[in-house]
Amino acid sequence: MNRFRIIFTGFILTFFSSWVGLVLLPIITVGDFKQSVDPETGAKMPPDLSALETRGQQVYMSQGCIYCHTQQVRPERAGTDIVRGWGERRTIAADYMAQGPALLGTMRTGPDLANIGTRNPSDVWHMLHLYNPQTTSKGSNMPPFPFLFIEQEIKDGGSPEALNLTDEFAPPEGREIVPSEDAKALVAYLKSLKFSSYTVPGAKRAEIESKVKAPQR
Amino acid sequence: MNQTDIQTSREERLAIDRAAKKPVGLLIGTSLIWLLVGSFLAIGASIKLHNPGFLADAEWLTFGRVRPAHLNTVAYGWLSTAAIGIGLWILSRLCRVPIKDDMSLTLAVIFWNIGNLVGTWGILRGDGTSVEWLEYPAYAAPPLLISFAFVMVAAVSLISRRRPGHIYVSQWYIVAAFFWFPLMFLTAIILLLWSPVQTAAQPPINWWFAHNALGLWFTPVGLAAIYYLIPKVIGKPIHSYYLSMVGFWGLAFFYAWAGMHHLIGGPYPAWLISASVVASVMMFVPVIAVAINQHSTMRGNFAALRSSPTLRFIVFGGISYTAVSAQGSLMAIRELNYLTHFTHYTVAHAHLGAYAFASMVFFGAIYYMMPRLLEREWPSAGLIRAHFWLCGLGIIFYFTSLSWGGLLQGIELNRKETPFLEIVALTLPYLKARTWAGSMMTLGHVCFAISFVWMLFKKPSASTTATLLGRPAPKKQSVRQP
Repeated sequence: MNRFRIIFTGFILTFFSSWVGLVLLPIITVGDFKQSVDPETGAKMPPDLSALETRGQQVYMSQGCIYCHTQQVRPERAGTDIVRGWGERRTIAADYMAQGPALLGTMRTGPDLANIGTRNPSDVWHMLHLYNPQTTSKGSNMPPFPFLFIEQEIKDGGSPEALNLTDEFAPPEGREIVPSEDAKALVAYLKSLKFSSYTVPGAKRAEIESKVKAPQR
Repeated sequence: MNQTDIQTSREERLAIDRAAKKPVGLLIGTSLIWLLVGSFLAIGASIKLHNPGFLADAEWLTFGRVRPAHLNTVAYGWLSTAAIGIGLWILSRLCRVPIKDDMSLTLAVIFWNIGNLVGTWGILRGDGTSVEWLEYPAYAAPPLLISFAFVMVAAVSLISRRRPGHIYVSQWYIVAAFFWFPLMFLTAIILLLWSPVQTAAQPPINWWFAHNALGLWFTPVGLAAIYYLIPKVIGKPIHSYYLSMVGFWGLAFFYAWAGMHHLIGGPYPAWLISASVVASVMMFVPVIAVAINQHSTMRGNFAALRSSPTLRFIVFGGISYTAVSAQGSLMAIRELNYLTHFTHYTVAHAHLGAYAFASMVFFGAIYYMMPRLLEREWPSAGLIRAHFWLCGLGIIFYFTSLSWGGLLQGIELNRKETPFLEIVALTLPYLKARTWAGSMMTLGHVCFAISFVWMLFKKPSASTTATLLGRPAPKKQSVRQP
């Protein structure tokens, strides 16, 4: 029967209208950004992830950090992201072009991490926090990640990387906690997150836009 | 219809149901296993969120893995497997031809379950993709795609062999969904996992897919089941053919465009987001059309809710569809989204759609199908009642507690003076309530599974009376009428 063919064509056309609008158009428009290269130093903007940072991003994905942390700063009119100090300006699509996947996230059980590298560059803090969030943030509902660390016997006066754990978090007498390669990679990745500081096309406009407040009613 | 016609149509139905018994029975049976797996993963994830030390030493069971494992097992293991089974059976009934009796659908069931197993294992061992709604690692996709190819062949075979006559709206929904799902799944798998496009272009594709998984896959199969089963149970045709067309085309066009509301406030140009805000609000049109149509069909027959298990679940699901769609349209408006985005409110909304609507409708459809496929009745009205009330009250409790907690979270996030850890503390009681609600729902699923297994081991008996929850209202046709 021909009528069914007409209906079927309708199914496909409505579907592909959205395919063109929401899949193809974004690829054509925001998907064709290129990193800029400084002609003198050869530095790229936004910078590429180093090998260690790339491994850290894999750990971030593997542990499912995205389910509680976003990596996007909204303009002032859309929330308190900027006044909370989560970023100097809103993030824009071009900021993400050098990442592997863009881990924007949709949930803020924990705070945003788009600029955690600028906000908190302390290795010591991140290591303690990952080992057990209660050491640095009492009352947090973030899970501890003890499996990213190694418990070992103290030799030759102890490892310089050992975590400074006290009270109920301290390891047994004569033993110490040191970060695994995965933990080091993850912290390196976190410290690389500085989206709001990239000078990409559109960054100036985003800076101005970020300060526009919601209209007063 | 004279006596011979009734006799023929009865025999025709018997032949259709017997042909569907093996493939559809296998699909429904395995979907229930995934429902249980997904439910226990959900309880684990829920406890971890208010009690972060719970099972915290096991890397395989960290929150960031259990949560996506829950989402994917219920989305692809439970809802999709059940949707394939329910869709094929309704299509076979409405095309009035039996499903072809060959190995292809059995293979489809096997491949589909292998894909789910490999995918879940992949997430738990740390290979999750962090692409929401598509967390199964890339290597889990081939068996799923092969399986769906077999399913599409079966659907096309039913359509091309169909008896002449009117094409009912349920057929539209099912055929469309059986094409939309593989097309969008393939698009997302290729452009995000196998051969990723430039990073900045990935999130829009992610949300186009994720939103359509609900809108163009679970929703059309759910609506097809509602449109097919309400008239079946109450013995009265659907109120308006034209309204059902408005509902269908409205959904097909607007829903497909709605996904970018997940990126409101995010790093994308305003035109992209605005297109989806408009489409989301326009969803009011098909949703109101479906609501009027369903309500007008049910009018005068609400007494049947007392006796028919199918109708109870289906009507609960139908009302939830209206509620979740209206809520979704409102949440897409920028000013409201600024409040609810990034909070547990969105999680509550997702469960109103995937559970209170889609899952409840699928439960109802399974209660109708299984006695016809297995030619025996459900063993216990008490278990059905327990299933309904545990899941019905459970999801209401789930939705209200988590929505309220999410709303408070959103208000405080938007108040710059509130320290972050205070917001965490504020949400904890609601997260605990969610664990209790989820446990109720899981207990309901256990009742359902016991019922199902018990039924499998019962002796077939063609002439027993249907298992009803109460005495049917007088002079209304019973649930066993065509």
